[in-house]
Amino acid sequence: MIKGYFVNILFFKKLQFLISFLFLVVSFQSYASETEKEHQTSTKEEKLNAGKLIIGHIVDAYEWHLADWGDTHLTIPLPVILIDEGKFHIFMSSKFHHGNESYKGYEIAQGGRYNGKIVRTIEDGTQIRPIDFSFTKNAFGLFISSALMLLIFFNVAKMYRRGNEVPKGMQALLEPVILFVRDEIAIKSIGKKHYRKFLPYLLTVFFFILLNNLFGLIPFFPFGANLTGNLAITGVLALFTFIITTFRGNKNYYRHIFNTLGVPWWLKVPLPLMPIIELVGVFTKPFVLMIRLFANIAAGHIVILGFVSLIFVFGQASALQGFIISPLSVILLVFMNVLELLVAFIQAYVFTLLSSIYFGMAVEESHH
Amino acid sequence: MELISPGIGLVFWMTVAFGIVFFVLAKYAWPTITMALAKREKHIIEALQAAELARKEIVQLKIDNEVLLQQAREERDVILADARKIREKFLEESRQKATEEAERIIENAKENIENERKAALVEIKNQIAIISIEVAEKILKEKLQTTEAQEKYIEKLL
Repeated sequence: MIKGYFVNILFFKKLQFLISFLFLVVSFQSYASETEKEHQTSTKEEKLNAGKLIIGHIVDAYEWHLADWGDTHLTIPLPVILIDEGKFHIFMSSKFHHGNESYKGYEIAQGGRYNGKIVRTIEDGTQIRPIDFSFTKNAFGLFISSALMLLIFFNVAKMYRRGNEVPKGMQALLEPVILFVRDEIAIKSIGKKHYRKFLPYLLTVFFFILLNNLFGLIPFFPFGANLTGNLAITGVLALFTFIITTFRGNKNYYRHIFNTLGVPWWLKVPLPLMPIIELVGVFTKPFVLMIRLFANIAAGHIVILGFVSLIFVFGQASALQGFIISPLSVILLVFMNVLELLVAFIQAYVFTLLSSIYFGMAVEESHH
Repeated sequence: MELISPGIGLVFWMTVAFGIVFFVLAKYAWPTITMALAKREKHIIEALQAAELARKEIVQLKIDNEVLLQQAREERDVILADARKIREKFLEESRQKATEEAERIIENAKENIENERKAALVEIKNQIAIISIEVAEKILKEKLQTTEAQEKYIEKLL
């Protein structure tokens, strides 16, 4: 059961990064907001707010921002779908004019509890959040990567259907990875007897995470949506693992939770300490999966965006500083990107491995 | 706050998208791929086993060949030994025959010589006898030329 509380070293390291950068972000933010107030009345040109910029890049958005050209924003508007007071409201996000205007009483909150989300302000000034099924940037990116994944694996499956031929192209590229997932992850942690039931899910989850990790690193449209660094995405993935574990769990698995063998009786009766701990473990396992993937990928993106922001922060102080800092920043960026490439694989591996370990526990035969 | 508050919309879309991807791949792509891989692995194992079998067969064949070669070699030795024996026997026989022939010829020659010698001796004896008679004749003729001598000789004989 220790495995449930197991947090890998990488995650800790990333957490350190995350925390230190959050401090950096906070300091940027306060600095920026002070200067903003000074400039607000006099000039339209705003000081760069690195914290806002970074967070703005890694969270979801109602439109797909491509580039800025002076005052023109090059964006792809996406459909907004709201359910408010039992009614559907569907319109394009371009109606908000990049968050500057409200439409049908809805607007994108600037600051406050619902910062960046669509809200409706009622008479007394409080903001109400409608049920928001908007087809956001992440949803759009998700459908693109899902379609690509289907395309890739349908093609690969078609290649396999030709029979015993030497693997070529995409097939040759993916075959070792498929074999790795099957032999090193599924068979090793579930066992030869039961692994077949879980292999499709493990393969799907591995390639889904890997593909989206890699796509998240490509900064150009249609990639660059920060999917695996979003709690909703990692949460659903973890939920799938949780559901499969729960439904596939055998008698032995549930007996282990509610009546652990080899534990002194006074840990179960009268106060069911062990069952409570085990039951909590059942929920912490997928929770840890969700947090680990999210934190690793989000932290990586924050660090990369931090290095990018550095150039502009120093550049605003003076052009000379910007020129001096940019080569250093680029070197660090290259290093971080390579590291993130590694992390993309490691996190896909870790998520899949832990999922299969949980499946392995669920179908483990009694050996007492 | 924004970073750690998952949106219900994205949860919904993710469930839909991932559900579709998982369902479709699990139904149409993964079974094909994993089955093809398993089939290939089986094929490879079988091919390896066949190769191993073939290798063993070759080794066996080599051993068989060696045995056959050994047998052939032995047979050849036997045949050669036989041939040598036959030749020696033949030579011996011929030599013997030749010796006998030679002996026979020598014997004949000897016989001939003996015969010739005997004939010559007879001839010589005959010649000697003739010559002796002739000599005696001549002597008698000489001694008995006169009548007195003839009478004296008759006297002596009587």
